[in-house]
Amino acid sequence: MAQSVVVQVGQCGNQVGRCFWDLALREHAAVNKKGIYDDSLKNFFRNVDTRRNGDGVDVSKGKICSLKARALLIDMEEGVVNEILQGPLKDIFDSKQLITNVSGSGNNWAVGYKVFGSQYQDQIVEKLRQTAEHCDCLQCFFIIHSMGGGTGSGLGTFILNVLEDEFPEVYRFVTSVFPSGEDDVITSPYNSVLAMKELNEHADCVLPIENESLFDIVSKINQMVTSGKPGTTVKPESLVTLNEGGIKKKLQEKPFDTMNNIVGNLLLNLTSSARFEGSLNMDLNEITMNLVPFPQLHYLVSSLTPLCTLADVNIPPRRLDQMFSDAFSKDHQLIQADPKHSLYLACALLVRGNVQISDLRRNIERLKSSLHFVSWNQEGWKTSLCSVPPVGHSHSLLALANNTCIKPTFIELKKRFTRLYKKKAHLHHYLQVDGMEESCFTEAVSSLSSLIESYNELDVTKGLPVHDPLRLNIVI
Amino acid sequence: MEPKVISQTLLKAAHSGRWKYGQHSHFCQKQGSGNNWAYGYSVHGPKHEESIMNLIQKEVEKYDSLRGFSTIMSMAGGTGSGLGAFLTQNLRDAYPNSFIINQIIWPYGTGEVIVQNYNSVLTLSHLYRSSDALLVHENDVVHKICAKLMNIKQISFRDVNQVIAHQLGSVFQPTYSPEDSCQYRRNPLGDLMASLVPHPEFKMLGLRNIPQMSENSLAYTTFAWTGLLKHLRQMLISNAKMEEGIDWQIRPPLSGLPALEKVLPNKEFHFNTSIANLVILRGKDVHSADLGGFKDPALYTSWLQPSDAFSEWRTHRAFNKYEKLAALVSNSQFLLKPLDTIIGKAWNMFASKAYVHQYTKFGIEEEDFLDSFTVLEQVVASYCNL
Repeated sequence: MAQSVVVQVGQCGNQVGRCFWDLALREHAAVNKKGIYDDSLKNFFRNVDTRRNGDGVDVSKGKICSLKARALLIDMEEGVVNEILQGPLKDIFDSKQLITNVSGSGNNWAVGYKVFGSQYQDQIVEKLRQTAEHCDCLQCFFIIHSMGGGTGSGLGTFILNVLEDEFPEVYRFVTSVFPSGEDDVITSPYNSVLAMKELNEHADCVLPIENESLFDIVSKINQMVTSGKPGTTVKPESLVTLNEGGIKKKLQEKPFDTMNNIVGNLLLNLTSSARFEGSLNMDLNEITMNLVPFPQLHYLVSSLTPLCTLADVNIPPRRLDQMFSDAFSKDHQLIQADPKHSLYLACALLVRGNVQISDLRRNIERLKSSLHFVSWNQEGWKTSLCSVPPVGHSHSLLALANNTCIKPTFIELKKRFTRLYKKKAHLHHYLQVDGMEESCFTEAVSSLSSLIESYNELDVTKGLPVHDPLRLNIVI
Repeated sequence: MEPKVISQTLLKAAHSGRWKYGQHSHFCQKQGSGNNWAYGYSVHGPKHEESIMNLIQKEVEKYDSLRGFSTIMSMAGGTGSGLGAFLTQNLRDAYPNSFIINQIIWPYGTGEVIVQNYNSVLTLSHLYRSSDALLVHENDVVHKICAKLMNIKQISFRDVNQVIAHQLGSVFQPTYSPEDSCQYRRNPLGDLMASLVPHPEFKMLGLRNIPQMSENSLAYTTFAWTGLLKHLRQMLISNAKMEEGIDWQIRPPLSGLPALEKVLPNKEFHFNTSIANLVILRGKDVHSADLGGFKDPALYTSWLQPSDAFSEWRTHRAFNKYEKLAALVSNSQFLLKPLDTIIGKAWNMFASKAYVHQYTKFGIEEEDFLDSFTVLEQVVASYCNL
């Protein structure tokens, strides 16, 4: 079985990462009752016997001694990482997996990329090598970061470059949190566009997330939980199961935690078919193979359903079908986008739980007619069935779509960038960093423009009559 | 190339207590082919060639008489298709005198793997060069059988695979040899090839079974050979996929009249011309069954006599609780339409160059695609002109 390494960069990256590891441990605890270190755990965790040699020797089979996460925690400020190391997850990380600094990047991509990049390059490469050496078959790096800040954005994309150079055959999946409209960081458009260029060129696959969407989803869950219909009760575990034993905290207390849990669940569901068994497995390399028709168009819009389960045990097919319909509604997407009214290049459905191939096929048949697919991929569906459902649910669905509905997000980003750049506002903070020039900005925005143009070209074909290209003529 | 399924398979087999796979008869790696034919063929293939061929050789050495190889693979994925094609080539080179039949799982028309049409085209074209025969199992067809005939409400892959296994068993379980009705046929694979694949351009074999029903219904139904064989013959002629919904209007052309106009695959064509057919009968009163209907020269293409084109195997031993069972393995235009559809979709995608970079990354160039398309268009044209 292949392994994956998580690289969490910056404040946002580390906070999301913390939620992810917590959820991962919970999931494995629910599935793995005997405490044996099996193949599914191997994907994200090492099994280490810390009694010996201080460093801990890897134990590849048998009972779990001490689990260590295959992760690197990187932040140029200490606050968040320290909080993780003092919290309930402190035992799954060790000091060799951290890179921290005190000064922070000041919300400046250039500081994150150029200054800290060069300063920490050797350390980063060294620690990555160590983590990779503990894997017998490293398949994928998951990078979690935000685009709007300085560290996650700058140093995060610098690390993306390093990963491509040092481990060219390992896939790079990036979960990027995009800044929302009313972002409090003024320079976030600059940071985002500069980071986008790196994502365009060096990532295999990007899963963009927007805080606004996460917030809307969390409000919706809250609504469902508090206003239950008479006769039905909603189970306490939902998509946003909180860290402290599933006790529901008020939305106002720790809003980011609930939102981060959604992203954590996204990553868990993405890798579930690779970790657990099922009748139609899907590995991570199949995601890039099937969902990325052209190298530049590797941005996938994701949606998770159901948001919470009702306590009713017998799920009638209607409810199952509702799950599929919900996955395509714009309320369930993790970015502000409406895939139903845009053009699909490809779509993947990752189903978990007791769902059979006939249910899957029935729903695809049903939904197909209301979706627009590009002419050369009219049946562009990739499916997978994993038998192990997530904690607290009997089944779940993650839909990944390569869809032109992501274009408005990019157009919006470019607009905000141009608004600042026209006035050269705050530019001096960037230019005074060694190695930064105005050309970095112009290149970045032109990379974004060409990406938008590619999506435009595809959108133009939407709804046009389809003429099949002429086939080869064989002379007998 | 990925350990989960093999571990499960070995476990399930041993679990039954009646048989299991050999201890060393499996080979797997840690990471799959990512649905990428090129990866299966060009990366995994050469890398593991030696180990796998050694494993096969060890197995072969145990036998005093090797008849041939039967591979089972799907066309939609990366390993079954790509590595499967590579291995078939290797088997042909290493064992030039053995028969090779590839059991191919034809994917659902929609919704398994997005690049399944590319993978299928590449697989079929490569197999056509190295294999002797391709026995095709269509997921869509088997799914319908499960739904309509077996009455299964929530169809799982287990159900689908069970039906395919039954179909295979009905063909490959031993039958008596024609010379001596107490001796089992010595070389079923060879006999099958000899009867069904007279010409190397025509290798696509389809499989039909009758009757097909759930175990519960079996106990309450009785069959007569005449009824079963009449249905089977019409299934052959009208290209019906199962015994329900057969179009009885379709008739073979009257002999003596000039051959029908050349048939184009995209037109709704009616009559299914065969090159060769093999009917296998198992069960009670099997020697009384009359197969005359299958010897009608109108069923066959003009360049083969029915005496050469038609073969039959019979055995009175029943199979899998069916009192009477008839299986038809047919080299005919059964697969013309599915093949044409797959080529069409793949060509459509290829015209826009979508996903091609994923293949060129591992050494399959656009030229290789074009070669594959050419080979298959040739096959389609040949079958069309029967």
